[in-house]
Amino acid sequence: MRDINVSEVTSTIAKLCMDSCYYLPEAVKAKIRAAAETEESPLGKEILNTLIENFELSQKKAVPLCQDTGLTVVFLEIGQEVHFVGGDLYEAIHAGVSKGYVDGYLRKSSVGDPVFDRKNSGDNTPAIIHTKIVPGDKVKMVVCPKGCGSENMGALKMLKPADGVEGIKKFVVDTVRAAGPNPCPPITVGVGIGGNMEQAAILAKYALTRQLGEHNADPRYAALEDELLELVNKTGVGPSGLGGSTTALGVNIEFTHTHIGGMPCAVNLNCHQARRAEAEI
Amino acid sequence: MSEQATIKYIQAPLTAETIKDLHAGDVVRISGYIYTARDAAHKRLYEALGRGEKLPLDLKDNVIYYVGPTPAKPGEVVGSAGPTTSGRMDKYTPTMIEQGMRGMIGKGLRSQEVIDACKKHGAVYFVAVGGAAAVIAQSIQSETMIAYEDLGPEAIRRYEVKDFPAIVCIDAEGNDFYKVGIAKYSKE
Repeated sequence: MRDINVSEVTSTIAKLCMDSCYYLPEAVKAKIRAAAETEESPLGKEILNTLIENFELSQKKAVPLCQDTGLTVVFLEIGQEVHFVGGDLYEAIHAGVSKGYVDGYLRKSSVGDPVFDRKNSGDNTPAIIHTKIVPGDKVKMVVCPKGCGSENMGALKMLKPADGVEGIKKFVVDTVRAAGPNPCPPITVGVGIGGNMEQAAILAKYALTRQLGEHNADPRYAALEDELLELVNKTGVGPSGLGGSTTALGVNIEFTHTHIGGMPCAVNLNCHQARRAEAEI
Repeated sequence: MSEQATIKYIQAPLTAETIKDLHAGDVVRISGYIYTARDAAHKRLYEALGRGEKLPLDLKDNVIYYVGPTPAKPGEVVGSAGPTTSGRMDKYTPTMIEQGMRGMIGKGLRSQEVIDACKKHGAVYFVAVGGAAAVIAQSIQSETMIAYEDLGPEAIRRYEVKDFPAIVCIDAEGNDFYKVGIAKYSKE
């Protein structure tokens, strides 16, 4: 067993919250720069250049890329030989989010009761935590702040086996087209296929944590990612949804087993700022 | 935005002459005073109107910016301050246009009711580049708290802006630039 004090988790999460909101991953920056070269719409090109100016400025000043610093989604991979000491692990994560959002001048966008009170928690807690137990004695943390402009445009459909791959393509493209300008394109499309209702949704979100440009390890799904990207870019939605040839920067698919009677498919859209930061302790 | 594109420099609050000269697709720079309001502030304004109360700001000729900024870092006038999704305000917008509001800045699709109200009363919907929050914040010269301070990022503030970058999306003739732009580049 390896002892890890949860205070180390708190300080790591706080830093990841700030870093993910200030600094875009290099892979995302490279994709936006490349799109600015190839975009067919002159206005779309200018918008992409504005996005480049924005991530350069936020990096230089260490300020948030976007005012919507999101709900804080944390994917944890905990080695089964780890023994946490010094307190409650989930409380330590929430404390890290609180510290990161308060000390980092990030916007607090979390309300407690969703229907009646809608009172802001004041420190962006609680985090949304997904935990996986894996072999080993390390803890990997991936922080993905997710804004609501893009989150509101996601969709889930309980497709049937007879819908096949064509059904998936139609559902993904229809979702992107209907979202139009709202999720701040050029977007990243996370697709979760299989499992059941809740598992498909979590897979779609998990797909968005994959670095932009990395394909699914299964060649059939990797090819489907490429085909979907091409189809999505034919919609004409373009940068900021004002028309153009760059609607998405990437499509990431995750899949798992499912029931003999089902083929659930969830689509989680991310804005052009595919924000993520990770650390391992 | 490119300096090659024709840019219209306009003042807020808006005059009828200014609005008449704005067309869907125009690139603009807005200077003057604008007010911030998003979901929770709209709900309060709308409910206050329903009760026949006086609003904490006069909507006449004014521009509302749909934004909930990040807190300002020490030494900064404002935090990052890009547009939020406008469609969530659609329920309240026609009433606010009837009350004299003449401009909105946000991003994303609007309802037919909003487009109709723009046409009927002569109002304009501008879009700013979603996510360009650090760049946009540079055009904000000062801020004054106006109302609903308890709402934090959703409070109503007045911004003094200089050359705030935006694009006319819905003009007072009811044209919607999203439809035009996307149709032009669709290959489906």
